[in-house]
Amino acid sequence: MATDRELADEIVGTIRAWIERDVVPNVAQFEAADEFPQAMFDQMCEFGLFGATIAEEYGGLGLDITTYTRIIEELSRGYMSLAGILNTHKIAATMIGRFGTDEQRRRFLPRMCDGSFRAAFSLSEPDAGSDTGAIRCRAERDGDEWVINGTKMWVTNGMRSSLVMLLARTPDDRITCFLVEKDPGESFEGITVSKKIDKLGYRGLETVEMSYVDHRVPHTNLLGGDEGLGHGRGYALSALELGRINVAARAVGVAQAAFEAAIAYAQQRETFGKPIVQHQAISFMLAEMATKLQAARLLTYDAARLADAGERVDVEAGMAKLFASEAAFEIATDAMRIHGGNGYTTEFPVERYFRDTPLMIIGEGTSEIQKMVIARNLVDRYPVE
Amino acid sequence: MIVVVCVKQIPDPADPGALDPDTKTLKRDVKLILDESDSYGVEMGLQLVDAAGEGEVRLVSMVPNSEVSGLRTALAMGAESAVLVSDEALAGSDALSTAKVLAAAIRRCEPDLVLTGTESSDGYTGTVPAQVAELMDLPSVTFAKEIAVADGVATVKRQTEDGYDEIECSLPAVVSVTAGVVEPRYPSFKGIMAAKNKPVDEVDLAALGIDPGTVGWAGAGQEITDIAEAPAREAGEVIVDEGDAHERILAFLDDLKIL
Ligand SMILES: Cc1cc2nc3c(=O)[nH]c(=O)nc-3n(C[C@H](O)[C@H](O)[C@H](O)COP(=O)(O)OP(=O)(O)OC[C@H]3O[C@@H](n4cnc5c(N)ncnc54)[C@H](O)[C@@H]3O)c2cc1C
Ligand SMILES: Cc1cc2nc3c(=O)[nH]c(=O)nc-3n(C[C@H](O)[C@H](O)[C@H](O)COP(=O)(O)OP(=O)(O)OC[C@H]3O[C@@H](n4cnc5c(N)ncnc54)[C@H](O)[C@@H]3O)c2cc1C
Repeated sequence: MATDRELADEIVGTIRAWIERDVVPNVAQFEAADEFPQAMFDQMCEFGLFGATIAEEYGGLGLDITTYTRIIEELSRGYMSLAGILNTHKIAATMIGRFGTDEQRRRFLPRMCDGSFRAAFSLSEPDAGSDTGAIRCRAERDGDEWVINGTKMWVTNGMRSSLVMLLARTPDDRITCFLVEKDPGESFEGITVSKKIDKLGYRGLETVEMSYVDHRVPHTNLLGGDEGLGHGRGYALSALELGRINVAARAVGVAQAAFEAAIAYAQQRETFGKPIVQHQAISFMLAEMATKLQAARLLTYDAARLADAGERVDVEAGMAKLFASEAAFEIATDAMRIHGGNGYTTEFPVERYFRDTPLMIIGEGTSEIQKMVIARNLVDRYPVE
Repeated sequence: MIVVVCVKQIPDPADPGALDPDTKTLKRDVKLILDESDSYGVEMGLQLVDAAGEGEVRLVSMVPNSEVSGLRTALAMGAESAVLVSDEALAGSDALSTAKVLAAAIRRCEPDLVLTGTESSDGYTGTVPAQVAELMDLPSVTFAKEIAVADGVATVKRQTEDGYDEIECSLPAVVSVTAGVVEPRYPSFKGIMAAKNKPVDEVDLAALGIDPGTVGWAGAGQEITDIAEAPAREAGEVIVDEGDAHERILAFLDDLKIL
């Protein structure tokens, strides 16, 4: 159901006020130390962000995609990593909400609303990223249980989560999704966080390698029940389609921050006797940045609007993600140029935007993959008689 | 325990306000928001109710134009209900008229404790709290930085220039809360949604039994005779360090009586 516009404005306004008052002044500290921003996380739980899109009947707020998109944009404008803390959880909640059995929805969703039971999403492997069909992690049936063996890469929030949406190959040689419940921490019943990945940006939250040795999952945790067997990849890709709107929103948020920093700096910094904004080269750069930013935002909102209307968004979500992520990287780069030498220091936040924006190009399907998805679906939409 | 918090709704200080040259008062036809000065009272009230383990926070506000968005903010933080006094005849009210109206509205809420800000952000006469207390014949305690309630008695740490006084008074009482002494909570999303359905009892002067001739322009004992632009800020004094800058800065601050 569509979220009331006035309500959405209030929610987004509350997030913005928090970001400005409590997040922006404190980001640098967590970023430098690559430290989990616990107080910010606690406030996100207080707001109810983890249950934001979960249906009201399961204790969530049932916000629509447009409102969620605006929230993600605001969070990312302050600190993109906060959106990352939420993102895998949202993907998991979407998958359970759409494809879980009734029993699975009732068992998991109510626990996922307050942030005490968080979820990770685990598709990628060392040798399977873009090529999702290449995954090797295996699940073998043993009575009422499945036995998991394999290694997963790039598990964002993997250590602190209590639930992992795990994609594994089942004996039918297809891919199935399992709801892996675990205690937060470095190891649990055959699951080990084998490595914490040191990243260029997207710091403060963990992205880890996780290995599974004979870890047992009850059959009742096969997503979608018996019918879900072999359909895991489809479920994941469907959730990732919405995820792309999310990634686009993140890109828009960071790009907004980069643009604001640049236009402020350009009016303050003087060279050759005038503020640099009065040099045409700089003002044109700002004009292009603002135009790209606006285009990215509109593509993103439009995809969200269509998704809320229940329309097909394969092309639109891909376009939004492709354009917004590339635009954000360019805008962040230009913001850095405008800051001159200062832009290359940790005294100013633009170097963080410069490090954070490439992730939006890579995560949840690279730009090349987006183009493949867009092109494939375009041909679908424009068939020749 | 019923804690009534007076909350003023004011034009957003982030938008440059304007004075009406005819009435010489602030134009209030814009969207009004919760005065930040009153968010501390709301937070203090919520904490006291939490500590008591029972009761609720009720809001009282007076506006000329039925505005509720500032009240919604406080309701989203956790207040349960509000009384909104709105009447065209209130336009032009001075502080004493405001206090009369608030006192009448507060009585309807049967409070154990009344909280206010120490001064509003727009009018900032800082006189309403004591006036309300006087009109209601209740003890008045001002500039609270901490409040504890037990057995019908409030113990208040009252901020002074060089520390605080500890004051005890019987309840009900009117206590003004200093800005910044508590951290106002952010409303949760659930709180924001719930606030839409919380009761706001809108009353006019007739309902409060107040004669319109005694408030608003008609009843104002205060008259604004003239308004003028605030003088532009003058250039500050630049202290160039010649080895004695610290002493000169100290002397400068001493002159301002900041030290
Ligand atoms: C910080 C971070 C967090 C992540 N978090 C998660 C997570 O929580 N869960 C999860 O499952 N995954 C996660 N990932 C993994 C991410 O989704 C993959 O890195 C991404 O999909 C790309 O896969 P890859 O790294 O294997 O690159 P590859 O697939 O090896 O691609 C390498 C290059 O080849 C290009 N390419 C590949 N195939 C084609 C083709 N057919 N045509 C043209 N070009 C092609 C790609 O675009 C890319 O430029 C995360 C990644 C990062 C960096
Ligand atoms: C120049 C000027 C013009 C004005 N014009 C108008 C007008 O056009 N229309 C009109 O209606 N009023 C008008 N007023 C009245 C004014 O807005 C105040 O309501 C009143 O004068 C209280 O004074 P204060 O803001 O200085 O309160 P203070 O004594 O500084 O406020 C202390 C505390 O009292 C409480 N409080 C004060 N006012 C209210 C309120 N209205 N509702 C709830 N709690 C309150 C709050 O808790 C506040 O923190 C005007 C006042 C001034 C000084």
